[in-house]
Amino acid sequence: MELFDNLALGFSVALSFENLLYCFVGALLGTMIGVLPGLGPIATIAMLLPITFGLPPVSALIMLAGIYYGAQYGGSTTAILINLPGESSSVVTAIDGHQMAKQGRAGTALATAALGSFFAGTVATFLLALFSPPLAELALQFGPAEYFSLMVLGLVASVTLASGSVVKALAMIVLGLLLGLSGQDIYTGVPRFTFDLPELADGLDFVALAMGMFGLAEIIRNLEDESQRSLVAAKVKGLMLTMEDFRRIRWPVIRGTALGSILGILPGGGAMLSSFAAYSIEKKMSKHPHEFGRGAIEGVAGPESANNAGAQTSFIPMLTLGIPSNPVMALMIGALIIQGITPGPNVVTDKPDLFWGIIASMWVGNFMLVLLNLPLIGMWVKLLTVPYHVMFPAIMAFCCIGVYSVNNNNFDVYAMAFFGVLGYLLVKLDCEPAPLLLGFVIGPMLEEHLRRAMLISRGDPMVFVTRPISAVLLLLALAALVVVLLPSVSKTREEAFKE
Amino acid sequence: MGFIRNPKDVLSGLLFIVIAGIFAWQAQELPMGTAVRMGPGYFPMLLSGLLALIGVVVIINGLRFDGEAPGGVAWRAFFILIGIVVFFGFSVRPLGFLPAIFILVSVSALASTKFRASTALISAAVLTFFSWVVFIKGLGLPLQIIGPWLGGY
Repeated sequence: MELFDNLALGFSVALSFENLLYCFVGALLGTMIGVLPGLGPIATIAMLLPITFGLPPVSALIMLAGIYYGAQYGGSTTAILINLPGESSSVVTAIDGHQMAKQGRAGTALATAALGSFFAGTVATFLLALFSPPLAELALQFGPAEYFSLMVLGLVASVTLASGSVVKALAMIVLGLLLGLSGQDIYTGVPRFTFDLPELADGLDFVALAMGMFGLAEIIRNLEDESQRSLVAAKVKGLMLTMEDFRRIRWPVIRGTALGSILGILPGGGAMLSSFAAYSIEKKMSKHPHEFGRGAIEGVAGPESANNAGAQTSFIPMLTLGIPSNPVMALMIGALIIQGITPGPNVVTDKPDLFWGIIASMWVGNFMLVLLNLPLIGMWVKLLTVPYHVMFPAIMAFCCIGVYSVNNNNFDVYAMAFFGVLGYLLVKLDCEPAPLLLGFVIGPMLEEHLRRAMLISRGDPMVFVTRPISAVLLLLALAALVVVLLPSVSKTREEAFKE
Repeated sequence: MGFIRNPKDVLSGLLFIVIAGIFAWQAQELPMGTAVRMGPGYFPMLLSGLLALIGVVVIINGLRFDGEAPGGVAWRAFFILIGIVVFFGFSVRPLGFLPAIFILVSVSALASTKFRASTALISAAVLTFFSWVVFIKGLGLPLQIIGPWLGGY
């Protein structure tokens, strides 16, 4: 079986001493920072991105993946213990998880989250291994028109699935696309949007932008309200699940995994959507729906499995097509490009060790997370007791060091300050900046494929609708846009996000 | 300003239009090319137009539907943190890495209303030491520890 040969290759890469170490360090650091309230996976990855630059590409990606699910998991811990979700995908976990913690069942909630995530991670890793190569093969037949349409679909879908105003999210994407175009034009070498600054000749620095918007701006926002947060459980006990608990979470975990795996592959999908969807399904299917919101264990098991499965399978479009389906994957693409690897269908055939190594390391990383989180839970609880006003100067230091050390260039630090200001302004105006990051990474690719497609078709824009795959993708994008803009749907959508 | 129902939306819309204007003004100096052979200015111009259009839609929405005014701004944190980041960028070379970190951390702490000088200085000292261990010794970043202003070379 080719699959097993490939997985064997992957595990031989992932289980090398160095890569095990990087995977462990990534998961550890990710959890450590993800546990801190108000820092989600995007900020965590952006902050830690520079320390992976010196590593070989495989190790860097393995470590970043570790950071990602570490941060994701850390966010759930925070959500359960202090009802302060660090990121949008653990918002639903907070609903029932925090109630369980209040009833003295924090240990059970944390263990459920860990085991559910591990199960979901294992299944999603196999799906990734199974479906990526055929998808990459299909993608090799894609021309510029198909790529363009696929990216449009991805961008539109990410807007429709985000919370908040659809129109504003569209604006954020367009702004991101524009910012992404700064630097030299790929075909003519003409500098664009550089304002005659030599530092901008190669384009805006990706790390500075991400850090300014998601690090600096977020810190300022958190300092608006410094009221104390209550930690419910100073000591977490009872990590073992009873047979009754197992019986109750069995199906929610399986359903969550299935749902998350599918939604994760969709452009714009990923962890957040998966967890929201899983929660509402569990609530509908439950025999005792009145328990939801009052500490139902199913309300933790379903969403947690779903968001981990979604986080994992969202690597599929990133690795096979080179197209990020959400802002976190945009960061991963940024990291790959910095490592000198052009993401796309060729990665599977040209760099099998990288491709399969990452996949195998995901399973290893998920296993490590269980080990890290259950026995070490006391340490994370300690970390949560450190007040924010002591914590944020340290985060400031890591942001600044991180940005500066990318190129040893002070201009990048100024750029971070600029994007901090812009990010804070946008947040104050209720413009969610996450889609901007997606646009920023996709911008240059989108332009390149548009120009190439138009060149091949001799300037006939009909090429996007006469090629069948492209036409289907654009139709889907159009349908997605029409559906969310319909008043009746937008109403239910608001309710879904409110819950 | 009774006709503005949602100040956040109106302000966002204006911001989008201003940004679109800046990009369009920069893009108009670039060769546009034709649809077949798009020049470097073609796609940016297209996007600027789209952004301005969205800006108009957002403003219209802001005039039609009710919404809340932007909440209070954490001015103190805003000025201190943005200021210290700029200062860090400016000082990291002449002062050197470690002194710049020390100043960054201790001044950042001022951004919180719960600032206490003792805590700030202790965490600054701890973090400076930590940065030295991790970034200089551990990761071996090529950074000058003490800059020329402080007698470094």
